[in-house]
Order: sequence, then structure tokens, then C-alpha cells
Amino acid sequence: MMRVFEGLRFRRIPSPVHELDPRSKAVYVAVVSILSIVYSDPLVLTVLLIIQIPLVYAAKVVRFWLNSLRGSTFLAVFIFAVNLLTSYLYMGGFTLEGLLTATAMTLRFILLMGVFSLFFLTTTPEDLSLALEKLRIPYDICFAFTAAMRFVPDIALEAQSIMDAQKSRGLELERGGFIERIRKTLPILVPLFIRSFQRSLELAEAMESRAYGAIEKRTSLYELKMSKNDYVFMILSIILLTATLLIKPP
Amino acid sequence: MIEVKDVYYTYPNGFTALRGVNLTIRKGECVAIMGENGAGKTTLVKHFNGLLKPTRGTVIVDGVETKDASVAQLSRKVGLVFQNPDHQFFSETVEEEVAFALRNFGFPEDEVERRVEKVLKRMGLLGYRKSSPFSLSGGEKKRLAIASIVVFEPEYLVLDEPTIGQDYIQKVEIRRVIDSYLETGRTVVIVTHDLEFVVDLRPRVVLMSRGRIIADGKAEEILSDSKLMDDASLLLPQMTELAYKLGNPKIPRTILDENDMLEVVKPLLKHRGGWRS
Repeated sequence: MMRVFEGLRFRRIPSPVHELDPRSKAVYVAVVSILSIVYSDPLVLTVLLIIQIPLVYAAKVVRFWLNSLRGSTFLAVFIFAVNLLTSYLYMGGFTLEGLLTATAMTLRFILLMGVFSLFFLTTTPEDLSLALEKLRIPYDICFAFTAAMRFVPDIALEAQSIMDAQKSRGLELERGGFIERIRKTLPILVPLFIRSFQRSLELAEAMESRAYGAIEKRTSLYELKMSKNDYVFMILSIILLTATLLIKPP
Repeated sequence: MIEVKDVYYTYPNGFTALRGVNLTIRKGECVAIMGENGAGKTTLVKHFNGLLKPTRGTVIVDGVETKDASVAQLSRKVGLVFQNPDHQFFSETVEEEVAFALRNFGFPEDEVERRVEKVLKRMGLLGYRKSSPFSLSGGEKKRLAIASIVVFEPEYLVLDEPTIGQDYIQKVEIRRVIDSYLETGRTVVIVTHDLEFVVDLRPRVVLMSRGRIIADGKAEEILSDSKLMDDASLLLPQMTELAYKLGNPKIPRTILDENDMLEVVKPLLKHRGGWRS
């Protein structure tokens, strides 16, 4: 689980992918997401997944990217098993079609996980906020979004401390049946939620004491600018979308 | 006995927090682990109840290697009280919070009731037994966190920064808990930056710096050694500082507090005929 959080955290590494404007990266993420939802063909999804690899290499985040995929293995296996089981129940037996659907669903999940992980690994929360503002989204919402992203690693750390504290009081998370285990997450979840509420109150006070919202229109020191590379990347993304749709209509 | 033998620990992010730590804590001892932020103090004590397992080396608690035991088994012997009480409260009432560990360890219900009442009384929290843990003040929360561990009477009580953010009265309370725990022949280990508290307690002091133990001995020897204290980024106690500054051969530098100072200075002043009391 921690790995997934780690895989969504920005890494400051100089690379051409990091330098791209968040908006052009967002176009790419949207293209891949649309394709992964439109197509249920494992072949197409596999090709899309393979296309990610050179980008991940170019971004120099292979290790973190693989980590986030590895962290989502459990969910991937779960998705595969549930899909296989439902097809089994519907068709009254294991069929090739059922197997293909389950594979497609799992690949779709991995693909979405991979493309979002790449986006967040290479985009600073600040850039993301600026991009959202450029899209005319109210600053309050942009701020809430980036603050949420910003606090993910902190909350992950806090969850670890809470688990340590409860384990030190004899809580055994690994033992017991399914219901028992769910019941055992309460001593972890309650403090985590309470701490999160406390944190948001503290954040609100800190923001107010620094005159948050004092002026209507904010300006920023650093402006996002699209470069030549951004346009090239966006055009390539759109070519990917149209080409796939033309070559193999869903 | 807790035996730490040549322990190295590297966090998953690659940071090496312990670099070859050797330490033996015997039953009945009172030990203070001190050192700068990031010296590895908390990492070390998390090894005592198996929350962390050494990357290299071994930790043995009463003959059992921590690698071979679960955190729950080890916690029964080594009670670890964390720094932030907010990281553990989840029950609706104070007494439920205290009973949590007892139930996890399978104490019978009448025993649970008896122990909860006893410990709440001792911690001065009996009046709050039906209150929500979140409604308590900072000091009360701290005492509740300690109570929730002390209640199962672990052989070794480990307190991480027990006095942080506490006023003088709360510190006295915490000191009282430590003393009564030691009186029963059990062991107390505290991780702290609170020099005043340590000077008052006079425990065995273990100084850590950058993942290593740089000194281990009596409080009088360690806390008055300016070189060691400097290496651990700690200030000397005020009275020790004064003894250094006085530079008088008759005033030893092993003085830690005002009582030590008084003991040395009184005869000197009497001798000169300048003392009236």
C-alpha cells in the first residue's frame, strides 16, 4: 500500500518529461485513459502499456514507476479474480471469452495506474495547481486539490506511526478471519481520520494567518508556458488517439 | 535483559539510521537515551519490541531473538509509549482505551476491570473514566497514553519523549510514574532531549550521535563531559556550565544541579566565615 503512495509522489529529477507542461501531459493522460476505457481488447491494451515504457525511461523514474505497479499487484490480482469468477458464474464455466475479459480488465487497471503514476511522478504539485488555474478552475479548488496531493506522503507516514503504536499495544493485524480483520482496522482508521481533521483545521488557521484570500485575483511569480516540445507531445498524443481509433475501430 | 548486538538498520528509503549499535539493558535499570534529532534514538527503541528488525546484527529480549517473535509477543514484555498520544486513541471512553491492550493480550474480564481501575487511579484519571480520550488536555492525554501501556505491566517500559510539551506539574507526575515503576524492580528506558529531567532522574545515560552510541555511563560522568555533550549536540546542564566557568580546583565539574553545587560550595563558604544560614 505504501508503495502506491510512493509511486504517486513527485520526484525532482531533471528529464524532458518533467519539463513538459502539465497541460500537455494531461492531454496524454486523457488520451491513454480514453483508449483504455474504449478498448476491451487485451492486445490493444498491451500495446498501449508498451508505449508507456520509453516515456518512463525518458522520465528517469523507472524504479518508482515499477514500485507503484508492484504496489498495486494485490488489487490487480483481485480485479482479475473477481472478473474471472463473475464470468464463471454467468457462463457456467471457464471460457476463453471470460479469461480475455478478466485479462482486459486487469490490463486496463494497470495501464491507468501506470499512466497516472507517470503523470504524478513527473509533475510538481505547484505546476499542477498552476495548470488547473489556467483551466479557469477556482483557486480554492486548485488549492484543495494540491494540498490533498501534498499531504498524501505525510498521511502515509502517520498511518505507519499509528500502526506501530497499536501493534505495541498488542494489536495483531495479520491474524483472524475476514470480519475480524476489518474490525481490527478501526484502531488504525479512527486516529488517522481524527488526525486528518486536526491537520486540516491547523492548515486553515495557518493559511488565514498568512492572509489567504485577502485579494481577489492572485498573480503568480512563475507562469506556465507551452514550449515547442509540448506542442509536439500533444500532437503525438492526438495522433495516437486517432490512429488507434482508425486502425482498429472499437 | 535486552541485548543489542552490532545492529545496523537501513530504512526502505535508503537512510541508514543505526550503524553498529551495541547495548545491554539489564532488569531494574533506568536508562536515558539522549542525542540530537535523527541520531537514531527512536529507531533503536523500535527494535526493542520488534517493530523494526535489524538489517544486520541481532536484538535479544530475555533470550528471544526479535526476528523470531511477533510484535505482539514482544510488546507483552517491552511496553513502548509513543511520543504523540493522538496516534493511538480511538476508543469512546478513557477506560476502553486503557483496556485495549489487556483485551489484546487476553486478560480475563474481571482482571481487566481491576487493572484499569488501579492504573486510572494511579494516573489521576479516574474521574475521566467515562469521558472521551479526545476531550482530555495535553497532559492528561500523555498520562493516558502511558496508562494504556503501564496497565499490562511490561517488564520493560520504554517512553519516547515523555516530557515533550509538558509543564512542570505534568513532569512531576511522569517522574512519579517512573519512580513507582522502578520500585517494582522493573526497567524503564526513556528517550529524551529534556536535560533538566535527566539531571533530576540521574539514570544511566546512553548518548547517541549519527546512528552510533558515543558514550554510555552514569549521568554524572556523561552529562558533565563537555566534549561528549558537544559531540551529541547537547548543552551542558547549567550548574555544570557554572562549575566550568568558576574554574576553581575545589569545585569539581561533575556537578549537575543546584544540590550538588550547594554541597560543594557550602563548606567552602563556611571555611571563609562568609556563610550564614
